[in-house]
Amino acid sequence: MSYTIIVFVKQVPDTQNITGDAMKPDGTVNRAALPAIFNPEDLNALELGIQLKERYNAKLVVGTMGPPNASEVLRESLYRGADEAVLLTDRAFAGADTLATSYALSCCANKIGKFDLILCGRQAIDGDTAQVGPQLAEKLGLPQISYVEEVEELTKKKVRAKRAIEGGYEIVDCPVPALMTVVAANVPRPANAKNIMKFKKAMTRSELHKAHSDADYTDAEALVVEEAALKEKGLWIQELTAEDVGADIERIGLKGSPTKVKKIQSVVLTGADFKNIDPTEVGVNSLIHELIEDHTLG
Amino acid sequence: MADKIGNVWIFIEQEGGNIENVSLELVSKGRELADTLGVDAEAIFLGDNLKEESVSKLYHHGCDKVFLVEDKKLEPFTILPYAKCIVDLVKVNKPNIILFGATNKGRELGPRVASELLCGLTADCTELEIDDFEDRVNKKTYKNKLMQIRPAFGGNIIATIVNTWEDPQIVTVRPGVMKLNDADTGKKGALVKVEPKITSKETVMSVIERVRKEKDVDLQGAQIIVAGGYGVGSKEKFQLIKDLAEALGGDVGASRAAVDAGWVDHDHQVGQTGVTVRPKLYIACGISGSIQHRAGMTDSGKIIAINNDPDAPIFSCAHYGIVGELHDVIPKMITAFKAKV
Repeated sequence: MSYTIIVFVKQVPDTQNITGDAMKPDGTVNRAALPAIFNPEDLNALELGIQLKERYNAKLVVGTMGPPNASEVLRESLYRGADEAVLLTDRAFAGADTLATSYALSCCANKIGKFDLILCGRQAIDGDTAQVGPQLAEKLGLPQISYVEEVEELTKKKVRAKRAIEGGYEIVDCPVPALMTVVAANVPRPANAKNIMKFKKAMTRSELHKAHSDADYTDAEALVVEEAALKEKGLWIQELTAEDVGADIERIGLKGSPTKVKKIQSVVLTGADFKNIDPTEVGVNSLIHELIEDHTLG
Repeated sequence: MADKIGNVWIFIEQEGGNIENVSLELVSKGRELADTLGVDAEAIFLGDNLKEESVSKLYHHGCDKVFLVEDKKLEPFTILPYAKCIVDLVKVNKPNIILFGATNKGRELGPRVASELLCGLTADCTELEIDDFEDRVNKKTYKNKLMQIRPAFGGNIIATIVNTWEDPQIVTVRPGVMKLNDADTGKKGALVKVEPKITSKETVMSVIERVRKEKDVDLQGAQIIVAGGYGVGSKEKFQLIKDLAEALGGDVGASRAAVDAGWVDHDHQVGQTGVTVRPKLYIACGISGSIQHRAGMTDSGKIIAINNDPDAPIFSCAHYGIVGELHDVIPKMITAFKAKV
């Protein structure tokens, strides 16, 4: 009895800690002001995955869709306890909305093969939509448990999980394979020093090629040998294109996205008529008086 | 596009048969959108043994029609039977727009439904308008589309999103954002009872246990809110906020920082990850005023900000600002108010 659990994660701009202006004067998003981080709730999904790995001796595969350097969150996942990593990257995926993203991820999950559970963070902090998890479940024809706080039991037949509902919680039973979206109900463990030593050289094909070109070293044979060696050591981050996962080109990227952005505006705070009140008895008295007079108070 | 456009639908959320406020807010907005488009506003109401008075309420707030779907398998809520019933209904009736509350239920149901119908979906809209859309890239013009306006990038930008594929255009809207209209008890509508086709494929999940408590506080209906932030300093000092709220006959709100610090329960949180409020008076005490917090309270009638930092961003959306210490200013306010009334 062995289990396979897939965790899908995302590298996101750190929208909570913006340095400088979020928008450039030309109206586009200023990515330089937004450092890339591991989406916080995806860390909770990963933590739950690692806990399940420990409890059920599961194989933990982590996947992400993003630009080539999104491999950073995959290495971070390996440092924390994932066994394998898959990067879905292709220019054809660019401009995807949540529908096109969930379709692409469904192709990726099918490519990974048989699994018992897919875990996703509830939502990503760049869009806060919480849509990709449920849409991925639908695309794969899986039942979904949203807002999972903890897993009580996993068997080959079903999973029992505690999930948040408005004003409380539910314990639900659900057959596997299933998809769960995870909320911030656990404390993600930090990277493990042993894992860092083990996986710091883990890389994708692009990264291996780049290392060679940086070293001005173009030996096709050496590439093949090094790739085989990395695979042998479990340090190979599988890099998949749209074609590799058999994605229909009409259903990915901008083309596969029904929603279009009409316009983007910076948030401008409309200044109210502002009155400065002295923090004195007289100041406060006059304020209260004014509020009673205009029926705001009393 | 020559076809007649479909109607505006509102998914009605209920708990124990009682309609959630957000659904009535959406009926109000849906009515407005339907009038602009010259179509009907219709509710989809799912559950078991639903009350007639709840259906009437939907008419009173502006629904022309209520699709009523009742089945034992729809109670308690599980996602698959709900998604199946809604998808079936959409395929037959072809609505133009569907509005869901951006609640836990709405935010898992909306995507499941949209994904199956291959429709666009926009989460957490804060404004909805009807307008034309010119897609300059594909050189196409779309008439009378739903402009789906929402904050993105942690509330730092506001994006207007349009669904360019086939209808329906689906959105979720946060509770408290749309204004509830006045009920007109004379209004009537048409009831359409729908026989659900739920199969064993949708009933694979079961709820073993369900624990739910009513909220300590319902800030959405509050007229006066006194909210405390991290600047309050400690759980003990948060009593000051409660004292002022009590004296003014208001409710206690909080910023995320104060909730995260454990000084007050999450039900009290105002802002993007809490509730959106529009009281007559909002008093922000020791709240710096992050963009996420302001997103939940800028529509308040009057805003008083009290902070010892004169540069706190909260002052930029306040009507009255007091630069000072809370332990000094708040008791003065209580004394002043008690003396006046």
